Amino acid sequence: MKEYKVYAIKDGTVIDHIPCTKALKVVEILGLENKGILTIGINFTSQKLGKKDIVKIENKFLKKDETDKISLVAPTATINIIKNGVLVEKRKIEIPDEYINVVRCLNPNCITNSENVQTRFKIVKKNPIVLRCHYCERLVAQSEVEII
Amino acid sequence: MESDGFFQPAGEAVVKFNSNRNPDKDLPMNPLKGKSIVSLRDLSTDLLLLIIKKAAEVKKGMHEGCLAGKVLATLFFEPSTRTRLSFESAMRKMGGEVIGFTGTKFTSIEKGENLIDTIRVVSGYCDVIVMRHPLEGSARLASEVSSVPVINGGDGANQHPTQTFLDLFTISEYFGGFENLKVAFLGDLKYGRTVHSLAYALSMFGSKLYFVSPEILRFPDDLKEEVQQNGSEIFEFNDVEDVETEIDVLYVTRIQKERFGDIQEYRKVAGSYRVTPETVEKLGGKAIIMHPLPRVNEISPEVDKLENAIYFKQAHNGIFVRSALLGLVLGRINV
Repeated sequence: MKEYKVYAIKDGTVIDHIPCTKALKVVEILGLENKGILTIGINFTSQKLGKKDIVKIENKFLKKDETDKISLVAPTATINIIKNGVLVEKRKIEIPDEYINVVRCLNPNCITNSENVQTRFKIVKKNPIVLRCHYCERLVAQSEVEII
Repeated sequence: MESDGFFQPAGEAVVKFNSNRNPDKDLPMNPLKGKSIVSLRDLSTDLLLLIIKKAAEVKKGMHEGCLAGKVLATLFFEPSTRTRLSFESAMRKMGGEVIGFTGTKFTSIEKGENLIDTIRVVSGYCDVIVMRHPLEGSARLASEVSSVPVINGGDGANQHPTQTFLDLFTISEYFGGFENLKVAFLGDLKYGRTVHSLAYALSMFGSKLYFVSPEILRFPDDLKEEVQQNGSEIFEFNDVEDVETEIDVLYVTRIQKERFGDIQEYRKVAGSYRVTPETVEKLGGKAIIMHPLPRVNEISPEVDKLENAIYFKQAHNGIFVRSALLGLVLGRINV
């Protein structure tokens, strides 16, 4: 019998090919901590990435607009939807048009750092990623992004 | 609204109707009615031309009294003289009323009320809000929670769109259009909010832009990229002498002492960017000279006497532009 470090799930979502050590950040961004049984694997060997993390959540089927939120920390991730033990959908992460409540604005003078309001960042460029804060209109490069 | 391709000089008909049509029945929708005015990035060249056209009409005496019965709330969380007074004057001259505050002393903000609550409450007391606030993005947030249009009177270092509208309107009074214009910006191009905004707006029309500044006060790279993507050519210089092209508009900004670590360095730099009659000659002698004011000593008093010096007319145009904008946003001036 094949040995699994992280056991297969019957129904739920598998987020595979997460860059190593980013699994916990993915869980946080997607708010999965209290959403069901989670299995997290960190620093697994990967043919594709060398090393990878995996997150599996049982009995929850994450939609595309949910999983695209992780595109800044896990652009290489693949999403597998499992139903009744069968892979029914496999998709890649895509960069959404806007990130809501994912990225912190680093401008200390931005209203989002004083008022109780969700941050919104629109994509200005995809390759490399450049974001613009919807409120203060400052630009942020992907390397400077701070995830909330 | 269709663009007519270039600006119609003030005094000519700005909207041509087919005389066989019923103008009331077929009047195009006013695209600014009920809309907040927060950022230049929200606007198209058509909308900028609409504001300019209506400002010209107001300046000719049209639309008098059109704001009767309407109330403007001026919420100035930080001080302003020209912007606040010109909005309040514009509203009153057009027949409307004004309420508001300057500074947060003796307001509920001192009691800890947040911006969202303040806007939610105040928008129930008025028909339109003009707001100046020290934090960037404040006007955007206000527009999202307000039940009435919000006009951004300046949000920190970000936007001050009505200054740009009056700058464009002023330029349009001297030139037939913006497309082939040569506009030079002189002074602090790094921190100057009005420079960033006007350069952006002109780039939407494809004007040629000449940036003259000290090395440490260059126009920001990310904005340069945006301006070039919009379609404008940019030329950069350390000195006015290097421009060697006849310029149509010279837009001057103050170089602030605080931007320099060394006072001697500041004095050396500020002196060489002072505008004198000789500066005007070096740029071809015909350029109109603009300044968002207040000016300190970056334009010599001798320049005030030149016909080219239009910075005070520029400031006065704020009344007409803001009157037109209030009329459009309140739906009392139509296309």
